[in-house]
Amino acid sequence: MKREISVTLNGKPRTDEVEPRLLLIHYIRDVAGLTGAHVGCETSICGACTVAVDGIAVKSCTMFAVQADGKNVLTIEGLASNGNLHTIQEAFWNEHGLQCGFCTPGMIMVTKQILERNPNPTEEEIRHGLEGNLCRCTGYQHIVNAVKTAAAKTGA
Amino acid sequence: MATTTITRTEPLVGKRIRRREDPRLITGTATYVEDIQIPGMHHACILRSPHAAARIRSITTQPALDMPGVVAVFTGADTQGIGPVPCGASLPGLRVPYHRILATDRVYFVGHAVAVVVATDKYIARDAIDLIEVDYEPLPAVADPEKAIAPGAPPVHPEWPDNVAFTFHQEGGDIDKAFAEADVVVKQRITSQRLIPTAMETRGVVAEWRPGEKSLTLRSSTQIPHLMRTLVAQMLSIPENRLRVITPEVGGGFGSKFNVYAEEALMGFIAMKIHKPVKWIESRRENFLCTIHGRGHVDYFELAAKRDGTMLGLKLKLIQDLGAYHQLLTPLIPTFSVLMMPGLYKFANIQADITGVFTNCVPTDAYRGAGRPEATHGIERMVDILAAELKMDPAEIRFKNFVQPDEFPYATPTGLSYDSGNYAAPLEKALAAVDYPHLLAEQAKAREAGKLMGIGISSYGEICAVGPSPAMPAGGWESATVKIEPTGKVTIMTGISPHGQGEETTFAQIAADELGVDIDDVLVIHGDTTVVQYGIGTFGSRGTAVGGSALYFALQDLKAKIKKFGAMLLDSDDILFANGQCICNKTGKSVTIAEVAGASYRAMKLPPDTEPGMVATRFWEPPNFTFPFGAHIVVTEVDKDTGDIAIKRYVAVDDIGKIINPLIVDGQIHGGVAQGLGQALWEQAVYDDNGQLITGELMDYALPRASRMPWIESSHTVTPSPVNPLGVKGVGEAGTIGCSPAVVNSVVNALQPFGIRHIDMPLTSEKIWKLVNAGGQA
Amino acid sequence: MIAHIFEYSAPTDLKEALGQLASGGKPLAGGMSLIPIMKLRLAAPEHVVDLGRIVALNYIREEAGTLHAGAMTTHYQIESSPLVRSRCPLLAEAASHIGDVQVRNMGTIGGSAAHADPAADYPASLMALEVQFRLASSSGERTVSVEDFFVDTFATALQPGEIITEVIIPVEDPSAGVSYQKMVQPASGYAIVGVAARITKSGGKVTKARVGVTGLGPKAFRAKAAEKLLEGTEGTAADIAKAAAAVSEGVESNTDLHASANYRTQMARVYAGRALSVAVSRAT
Repeated sequence: MKREISVTLNGKPRTDEVEPRLLLIHYIRDVAGLTGAHVGCETSICGACTVAVDGIAVKSCTMFAVQADGKNVLTIEGLASNGNLHTIQEAFWNEHGLQCGFCTPGMIMVTKQILERNPNPTEEEIRHGLEGNLCRCTGYQHIVNAVKTAAAKTGA
Repeated sequence: MATTTITRTEPLVGKRIRRREDPRLITGTATYVEDIQIPGMHHACILRSPHAAARIRSITTQPALDMPGVVAVFTGADTQGIGPVPCGASLPGLRVPYHRILATDRVYFVGHAVAVVVATDKYIARDAIDLIEVDYEPLPAVADPEKAIAPGAPPVHPEWPDNVAFTFHQEGGDIDKAFAEADVVVKQRITSQRLIPTAMETRGVVAEWRPGEKSLTLRSSTQIPHLMRTLVAQMLSIPENRLRVITPEVGGGFGSKFNVYAEEALMGFIAMKIHKPVKWIESRRENFLCTIHGRGHVDYFELAAKRDGTMLGLKLKLIQDLGAYHQLLTPLIPTFSVLMMPGLYKFANIQADITGVFTNCVPTDAYRGAGRPEATHGIERMVDILAAELKMDPAEIRFKNFVQPDEFPYATPTGLSYDSGNYAAPLEKALAAVDYPHLLAEQAKAREAGKLMGIGISSYGEICAVGPSPAMPAGGWESATVKIEPTGKVTIMTGISPHGQGEETTFAQIAADELGVDIDDVLVIHGDTTVVQYGIGTFGSRGTAVGGSALYFALQDLKAKIKKFGAMLLDSDDILFANGQCICNKTGKSVTIAEVAGASYRAMKLPPDTEPGMVATRFWEPPNFTFPFGAHIVVTEVDKDTGDIAIKRYVAVDDIGKIINPLIVDGQIHGGVAQGLGQALWEQAVYDDNGQLITGELMDYALPRASRMPWIESSHTVTPSPVNPLGVKGVGEAGTIGCSPAVVNSVVNALQPFGIRHIDMPLTSEKIWKLVNAGGQA
Repeated sequence: MIAHIFEYSAPTDLKEALGQLASGGKPLAGGMSLIPIMKLRLAAPEHVVDLGRIVALNYIREEAGTLHAGAMTTHYQIESSPLVRSRCPLLAEAASHIGDVQVRNMGTIGGSAAHADPAADYPASLMALEVQFRLASSSGERTVSVEDFFVDTFATALQPGEIITEVIIPVEDPSAGVSYQKMVQPASGYAIVGVAARITKSGGKVTKARVGVTGLGPKAFRAKAAEKLLEGTEGTAADIAKAAAAVSEGVESNTDLHASANYRTQMARVYAGRALSVAVSRAT
């Protein structure tokens, strides 16, 4: 049976009827039409679907939409403000922290969480923080550079 | 210093420019196949065989059809009129099984497509799959290529009981003489395990049929839109000009999307049947089961040499695990290994015998490097084995055997002509970077202290810019169209199909330099067969070397035309074209490129023998491959207690010819090394004896993660290629090819005190631990 | 990727939840294990009772020598809690090794324990810490020791309709040294083996040793033989080696693609040695 849920998605409240089994990632992508977060696996390993729910980075393929009822959901589309890229987005761009771009929204969203909790991470802490996000293109080195750069910018 | 601010007059080629692709990717506004929504779109879900080999006795679809929301269910009986999944390779005597898009009476590997459900919703389509009943009669299967060619093995295809799809022999020089004259012959069995390419975006197709126009549009995550159009049109028996293939954003390929799969034709078939758009998105599990794997070699090498280290000849018996079918280039891949056999070394005698073997597994095909990593791994391991046998330094034996800079173009015994090179240069640079004498002293000390420290070198070569057309089944040229619009803006349409490699940026750099325009005035378009002239696609490190060269020549055509119009407009026969302006050398008067372009379209007046407009198209046929090379040095330390390998240093010196954008090149090297390291240390597609894929999810197939990657110290030597006007060689596969032998050489070197001379990949901790602690076999 | 259809409820009240569980509902905690297996259709509960909205199950507090963590306390909350870090550092250390940032944000201590994955990180520490589980069902409450709780692979003492409500952890002796050491399965990030060690010393002797092991056998366990061998010794390298060698005593080791039984056994010994060395060195 469908249930009504209310979610504030990137600052905009919305209400939808959803099946309980609808995954949050499918709610965001197929119901709300925000396709920035991606599905890269079904075993909660790759992190391409990472979004923030009430400020907490989660893998939205491992959460049902009903669990997000009443919560604030932030996706990659909600990161830039007034047309200005977020510092982390800018850092990924400047440091060539992406190639095919498929993992990138998840990488950026988890970076946000890493830096919120530890504004000046060491390289080891950055790599540990990226543990739940797979990238097949970059070998991670430019992603690590991007996180470092974003940290330096945010700290400054 | 990631990026450089460019002032207008500086050339852009050679600069670390941030990518023009990125704004859409970092904001989540790019459109991948799964992001496409079309009104009325339906969803397909595919039922796949749980058996590696079985007869299909019956399929019951009615319960699925009865489910509300289900529109259709198709089985192999419905799709018999559709042509087979194409194999583009032809080899003498090649056995080609008929590869139907849905299985009919028999399944040949786990994941083989058996039926497809079409529903209004993807959740319903998935539910309905469980309602289809297939009565299978399981049959014996074989998953290991060596077992498959042993007597008594179950036949994968009953019509060919020996499981041999082809044999292939190649010889160069006089191999018997070489081995007769040798002081020493070293032999080793070396495997390159099956790998799963694992692009982060799985495959996906959206098919849309417009009955009124009798036209089909396929949006597919592919590296080869045009080849796909040609081949799928043939499969579906529809006119090619009524099939449009669009590649939206593609989330990585690494060769796995350099193919035409059953699903592309199947979705086209469905859309034409139900007159509704239909979408199919591969799950990760399907991606592991049904999208091509790479590698899958068992290689038996024999290397003959003189006691002074001079290499004389190399023999190879290559057993290629093909899987159950041939995908686009499956049987051709091991022939690339043969071409690559001599590496960078000067011996004149080779002999190779390939046996292509059917197994009850998903087909293998091109995966980053495609045959060349296997060969390079082999020769680079054999050189180290020889060095150990002769008690020579691995660097010294390489220097001794390199083809020398004055010997280019160099004819190899495998029939290639190496374009240009200074093979000692990157090795010298890498040795200097690690301070080799000091490192050896450090290792001696470490060994005295009981530590297992290893130093590994690879000096690799590769075959890139694939390739001259005769070497490819469907052409190896590439195309470019450049249009200068009436307002002076520049549109490039390239026949390649980049998906992360950054040619929207590098091609804009090239065009901006050639035309003297602002890079922001250049737009690069690709991946739509209705918009872009025919092209071949992106694979084999060919994008810039072949596609960029086509672009370069189209730009030269336009520059000539610009000068003609400039001369006319300035009424001068002494014209210079520079910085986006035509300047009269006598009067100093000038017109801008926009003024020239505008005049060419208004065409109030035309220069003699000149057509209106400012468009040029070039189809460029490369005269040769390019041959990048380099040296990687890896320092490792092995933990005796656990067998864990720590990479202490990774130094990569790559010569990829001229560099258009160093930032992008660094990224290509890093990513390539990561995939090489994945093969060396962690990744393996494991099938059990019944043909079940044990590593069927990312929970069991270990991709490199951020915390496990070393810092890669990347630098270059630059030897321009004479093959193309840009002087580039190609970079996409370099890191992968250079990496795995350097890592394995390093670990074998670390285990030298235990008398170890070879270890097969992946170098799992358990394997290493056994060697260290039991003195046993890995 | 798509789960079977199920009914869903998200009670905010524990009693209400227990009532729903009594009628056959499947409890959903952080979902880090349950949701993936539902997506792969390896589990198909008819009714999912989401415990995520029961605020009364999410807390960390100290009471008379024990820490109490509500079952829905996330790994991140444990890992980052100043209280846990100071009063029970082993638990915080173990939490920091679980999965990744996103998994630790959602995964809960109760959910992890109830799932009883033989390769999960937490159970090693829960064993070494000798925690108690407070369990509740519609018919009442009971307290079960960790040793009685873990029964077998994916099997616990939980009865149908029963859930963990609280984990009760003894406050650590401030002079104790603790450590969790883990060999990581490279694909999944789970433990091939993980060993948690707690050491208390007095007068230069080890007075108390507790060793919990995960990954090695069908369930997490206390390596009591190893503990006994170490207690009363000075905790020298030789003492530790002897104790570590006994860590696998009486356990039938798991075997899989990532580690054979023999290798796992050996690694359990190596990692026990490492955990004990660190713990001994940290004990004052």
